[in-house]
Parts: sequence; structure tokens; C-alpha cells
Amino acid sequence: MAVLSSLPVVVPFMLAPLLVAVGAYAPRWSEDALAMVGAVAVLVICLLLAVHAGARPFVYWMGGWRPERGVAIGIAFAIDPLGAGMAAFAAVMVLAALTYSLRYFDAVGGLFHGLMLLFLAGMAGFCLTGDLFDLVVFFELMSAVAYALTAYRIEERAPIQGAINFAVTNSIGGYAMFIAVAMLYARTGQLNMAQIGAALDGHRADPLVIVSMVLLLLGFLTKAAAVPLHFWLADAHAVAPVPVCVLFSGVMVELGIYAVARIYWVIFAGPLAGHAEALRAILVALGVTTALLGAVMCVLQRHIKRLLAFSTISHVGVFVCGVGLLGSKALAGVAAFVVGHGLTKAALFMLCGVLLHRFRTVDEYDLHGRGRELRVAGVLFAAGGLLLAAPPPFTEFQGKSLLESASSGAGFGWLTAVFAVVSALTAGAVLRVGGRVFLGWGPSEGPDPQQARPAHERVDETRDERDHTPPLMLIVPGILLTATIVLGLVPGAIPWLSGAAARFTDHRAYAAWVLHGRTVAWPRVAPSHVSAGDVIIGLLTVAAAVAVAGAGLFGRPAVARLPQGIRVGGGGAVRRLRRLHSGHIGDYIAWWTTGAGVLGGACLLALR
Amino acid sequence: MSFAPYAAAAWLFVVGLYGVIASSNLVRTVLSLTVVQSATYLVLLGVGYRHGGKAPIVADIPKSSRLVDPVTQVLVLTDVVIEATVLALLLALIVQAQKRFGSIDPARLRALRD
Repeated sequence: MAVLSSLPVVVPFMLAPLLVAVGAYAPRWSEDALAMVGAVAVLVICLLLAVHAGARPFVYWMGGWRPERGVAIGIAFAIDPLGAGMAAFAAVMVLAALTYSLRYFDAVGGLFHGLMLLFLAGMAGFCLTGDLFDLVVFFELMSAVAYALTAYRIEERAPIQGAINFAVTNSIGGYAMFIAVAMLYARTGQLNMAQIGAALDGHRADPLVIVSMVLLLLGFLTKAAAVPLHFWLADAHAVAPVPVCVLFSGVMVELGIYAVARIYWVIFAGPLAGHAEALRAILVALGVTTALLGAVMCVLQRHIKRLLAFSTISHVGVFVCGVGLLGSKALAGVAAFVVGHGLTKAALFMLCGVLLHRFRTVDEYDLHGRGRELRVAGVLFAAGGLLLAAPPPFTEFQGKSLLESASSGAGFGWLTAVFAVVSALTAGAVLRVGGRVFLGWGPSEGPDPQQARPAHERVDETRDERDHTPPLMLIVPGILLTATIVLGLVPGAIPWLSGAAARFTDHRAYAAWVLHGRTVAWPRVAPSHVSAGDVIIGLLTVAAAVAVAGAGLFGRPAVARLPQGIRVGGGGAVRRLRRLHSGHIGDYIAWWTTGAGVLGGACLLALR
Repeated sequence: MSFAPYAAAAWLFVVGLYGVIASSNLVRTVLSLTVVQSATYLVLLGVGYRHGGKAPIVADIPKSSRLVDPVTQVLVLTDVVIEATVLALLLALIVQAQKRFGSIDPARLRALRD
């Protein structure tokens, strides 16, 4: 089984250049077929790996360079169920995006397909590797491909600017990580993550260890778009083609969260064991800030892709809180939530693509009432909006209830309220868009001079005539939404994730099976029960989301009756908040530097 | 072990960030990015340096020679290759920005504002 481990990276690596080389001469269907074969192969292999690792995690040493007496020289893929599962999830997303683009995207010359496969190779390697330097290299690989995919429609203005902002911000995050790798190598003489962790065990966390952790966190949280490192995300999502947005929001951003969890438990859990409380407080504070700011910005948007992007930022905040609780139950909750959120968000982006295809705009007010004839798309959009509110008993709710029980267990019970506010605001914003576009509810409004430009897509993103929607563009999001509903209800799915998370968070066991090949018993996880309180909170959240949507559609007269002081003050705050998202790369990096200083300062002060 | 390479690296990182923040020309932004990146080279090479060490090409020197750490040198090479790709991509995007916006001043790129 271990010998299959490298294939999720190797197969797309072999197919991608082939696609680019023959793409210019081969018919479109052959490119589609080849790319989808690659994605299916990766999916099947990753599922096999996940199932086998579920019974017993294993390591693949490249070239047979096995560790001697517990000292690793070679480069390893360390396959544990959560990592392999995440790689499989990435393959599902790529497969969905490729299927959707069959009818959607006028891709020529095999470039798009080749890039999608390289993206998949980067993500799969990122999930499977057990080597810190490789983790950074795969990070850079998927980033470089992502920049190119963002600027795929290079003839237009907005994608160029979006890709530049994305590339500069993420490159700086990458440099921070290179320095962190060098520092940890200087301290331990190792690049294997388990080996670094073992070398740091039993030592106290000195400034070098803390600074290297901060630098790694900065890189991964830039990818995950935590505030204030998040500015690139909304720009990139607003301009990237819809199938690419599906991957960005559905899985790439979440991989940043995955890596934060990975490096904490494998490398830093030992030296920071005495400081878990302080680190928890720092990460939860970061998560809550991200969640609330993302949710507020989400409600303020009228460009639908940007709105969905800020909703992703908001959910990232929830995930950062979850990982930041530093417990296996919370991590299991995050994993379930990531799957549910990814599927739902992917479907919503695809439905956004339907609107783009038919009307060439994704501006909420331009589309006022124009979606009335698109009944199926409207129903799916509403379903997606409701699912985003995490209604019981579906996948997102399962994840959220695990998270809530973990946070009250860790003394952060008030996080439940934050999660509810986030779900209600982001889902409410999506439902508001649905009501306005597909039902024609609420007053109409003229074009917004600031935002109208990027919302109009002048160059055709889609092929085919525009008087009907290709069925495939509705079938794929339909399947994804169904999967969101069904997956969390599959018996054994949540206990499997809980077990995988328990294994993931076992610092000593990870070192034992990676470095010494020892079998580790599958940890026993107490089954978690969804309480009646969770269900009631879940239902109230859905109701609140509907209320938020209603307020967005019909609330203007009520706002007009508010005292003038509140209106002016609120309007001013909103304007200032929006002005921060200026599209100017210098501003973004200034915020990045501030964030780095705050995070670094907080960690150095609190973790000593 | 000298402290100098790390101090220089910290300076390069910070001054490069300042360049990216303050630049009014995207080419200069990318050049500043390479300055930030040079910090990573310095740290990696500084970590692997051994006083009086030879280049780690073991084919034509005595086996007992003192060598600098080859691992960090390989890491630097990987770093260079990755960033060459990203910088080429960025410069291509900037050429395209000049064509479409008629300017490469980030303050005049106004396709994305919230």
C-alpha cells in the first residue's frame, strides 16, 4: 500500500505536461477526458490510502531511505487518515470543477486542464508529506499554479490586479516559512517533521522556537486568509474563473488551516505543552476577529463572488477558532465543517457561474428579478444559503455541534454565540441575494459606481449560447449540495473523523509510527451526542439567517427611521472598513506586516 | 558563529517589506520582493556555514575536508527555482497590467476596490 503513496502527486505531474504539450492539437474532449482520468485516479488512490491509514497509518520513504535507529535522512510521505482524507477531498473538488467546466469554460490548448492537475498535485502532496521543507515546497507549488489560474483571463483588467495582489501577498508568506524552516533546521539538524518534533521534545520553548512557529503560522494563515492577512482572498475570488473559485474556497484556503494543525501537533506540541492556554487564547482571538470581520464584510457586498469570498473568510475564522482550541474533538468538528462548507460553497460559486453565463454580471442589483425564470438554479441557491447556516442535522451542523461542545469543554462556551452570528450573517447574505435575484424581492437600485466595474465580465467566460443553461451546470452543484446533506448523516462518518482527529493530535504516537514504524492502537474516542440544545441553537441560527436576509431586502425603511447619529456613525464605520480593502498591494502588505508584528509580539510575550 | 548574516537577513526582510509597501511602481514592488527573498538565502546559507568549510563537492577534495552543510545549499537552490517561476509570472502580469491599465502604479490600478 505504501508504494501507492507518491502516486497522487506523480500521476497529475505526468499528465499535466502531456496535456499542455498535445493540448494545442488534440480535440477538447480528449483534454477533458485525460484531466478527469487524472483526478479520478488521485481520488481513488487517496481514498485507498485513507482507508488503509485508518486501520494503521504508514510511511513511504522515497528511494527506500528509511530511518536508522530513529534518525530520518530520507524524505517521507506520512499517511494518516485525516491527511489522506483531505487529499481525497481536494481530488473531489478538482473533479467537480473539471466536470462543471465541461460545459462552462472555453479552455483552449490544454493549459487550463494542465494547471488544474498541477494544482491537484500540489494540494495532494501538501496533505501527504511528512517533511517540513516539502510542506513549504508544495505550498509554493500550489500557490504558483493558483496565481496563474487567477489570471487565466489575462485580457481583462481585474484578473491582472487580483493575481498580482494574490502572488505578492502569498510569496511573502512563503518567504517567512523558508526562514522558519532554516531556523528549525539550525536548531535540530532535521527536516522531517516528526524528527523535528522529537528533537524539540523536553526542551522549553525558547524565542527561536517561538519565532519559527510564528513565521510558519504567518505563511499558512496568509493562505488561509486570517485577518489581517486576508486582503488577497476577496480580490482573487472576485476575478478568478468560477471553476477556480470552487477550488480556492472549497479546499485551498482550508489547507492553510490543515497545515496549522499539522505543524502544531507534530512539531510544537512538545515544547509548547505548558503554554497551551496562552496559544489557545491567541488563536481564538485571531479566529474570532476573522470570523466577525468576514461576516460583516460579507453582508456589505453586492458583487456576489466577493460576497461568497468574504463568507469564506468568515468561516476560516471559525476554523481557526476550532484548530486554536487545540483539542482532538474540536479538530474533528473543524474537519466535518470544512467538508460541509467546501461542498456548499463550491455549489454556490457554480450557481454564481450560471448567473454569469446567462446575464454576464454577478452584481446583485443588476440581477434584480432577472433570475425568475431560472427556477432550478434559484431552488439550489436557496438550499445552498440555508445549508450555509448549518441547519440540523446535516454535515455542517454535525461539525459545528462538535466544535461547540469542544469549546464549552475548553472554557470558551461563548464561542457558540460567535459561530451562530457568523452562520446567520453569511447565510443571511446569500439568502438575501437569492431573494433579490431569483424572486425579485426588495427594492431595486442603480449601479454602484465603485463596484459595478468588476462585476461586469466583458469577455466571455462561458461558451454556448446564453438563452438556456446547460443542465450539467445545475447537476454538479445539485450533487454537491446533496453530498452536504447526506455525508454527515452516513452512519460512522463522524466517529471515523473523530478517530482520525484523535490520531492526528497524538504528538507522541505520530513520532512513534513515523520514525520507528511502531503500530499505534486506534485511539478510543467517546461517541459524541448531539444535544437538544445544539439542535435548538441550530434552528434559531437558520431563523436568524432568514431574518438577516429579510432585513437586507426590506429593512431600508426601518434604517431610515433610525436616529441620524446612529446612521451617520454606522455609515462612516462601514465606509472606513470598506476603504481598507483598497486593492492597493502596498496597503495589503502594510496590514500583513502589522499582523505579523501583532501575532509575533503576542506569541513572544505570552508563550514564555 | 557570526551573528552578521542573521542581522543582515532581518534588515533585508524588513527593508524589502517597506519597499513593497511604499512602491509606486509594480516593477519596484517585485524587486523589493526579491530583496525580502534574499533574506531567506542568507539565513539558509548562514545556518549551513562552517568556519573554514569547503564547498560540498566531494568528488575532487580529500575525504577528511571540512565541508559546509550541503543540505541548506540544496534548499537554497530549490528556493531559487521556485521564486524564479513566481517572479517570471509576476513580471508577465505587470507587462499585461501596463497594456490594460496603461500604468503600473499600484495606486492607479483601480479594477478592484471595495
